[in-house]
Amino acid sequence: MTTTDTTPVESAAMVPDFGDDETDRKICFICSKGTLDMAYPALIMANGALGEGIETHIFFTFWGLDMVTKKTMDDLKFTILGNPATHMPQALGGIPGMTGMATKMMKKQIAGLDVPEIPEFMELLSDMGAHMWACQMSIDMMDLKKEDLFDGVEDIINVSEFMELSEDAQVIFV
Amino acid sequence: MATTTIDGHEVQVDEDGFMTVYEEWTEGLGRELATLIGIDELSDQHWEAINFLRFDFSEQGETPTLRRVNKVGGIPTKQLFVLFPKKPAKKMAYIAGLPKPHGCV
Repeated sequence: MTTTDTTPVESAAMVPDFGDDETDRKICFICSKGTLDMAYPALIMANGALGEGIETHIFFTFWGLDMVTKKTMDDLKFTILGNPATHMPQALGGIPGMTGMATKMMKKQIAGLDVPEIPEFMELLSDMGAHMWACQMSIDMMDLKKEDLFDGVEDIINVSEFMELSEDAQVIFV
Repeated sequence: MATTTIDGHEVQVDEDGFMTVYEEWTEGLGRELATLIGIDELSDQHWEAINFLRFDFSEQGETPTLRRVNKVGGIPTKQLFVLFPKKPAKKMAYIAGLPKPHGCV
């Protein structure tokens, strides 16, 4: 299309293809980390997938469970330790209070983009129809129960159940 | 810029068929656009969402995302998925004669 093209397209109305017939696309995110910078990418992509009408599942395993554990989900942190992408001297990361400060800064940046904090984001995804699952082994390891988890988590499932539900899905490990 | 004819009116559209000129839209065109994408009847709830989109666009200069329609417009996200199945953000924008929303969240 060029800006000089003023020719009417055709008599039939031009209608976008919303792909309503393609109902089979399915995507699974595996969240395995409990830091802020590892939580957000999966949630933002899941939000995008749901907005496109794609069946979306999120499986929380290992430290990823922190994202849906009531006690921790509002308290995820960001650290510059072991993260050279911050371009800060690594020695700084060990100073007491540095992780708190880095977390505060990141939260401020995220809020500045009008992206919700983790608990509100989980509510949003749940309302959009995300299917959330917790990993059985991680639950056992961390001595948690279903009641300890965010209400949007549908069930605690084992690996073979996850393999069954992710059959024919695009799987993204975070 | 391409044009297309909706309900006998010639309107300017982008390459996907979304209207590009805010002032060219009318409620009648909105009803017609909805029919074209399979929403045959617009209820008061549909109009509440569409009117919020139009109003917010006129204030902000961009199409609100689903979260904004919920947070600022006060319409529950679940309800938007019922009113405009599968792809509410894009479908609402299309019916309201606005560009697709660009925000990620």
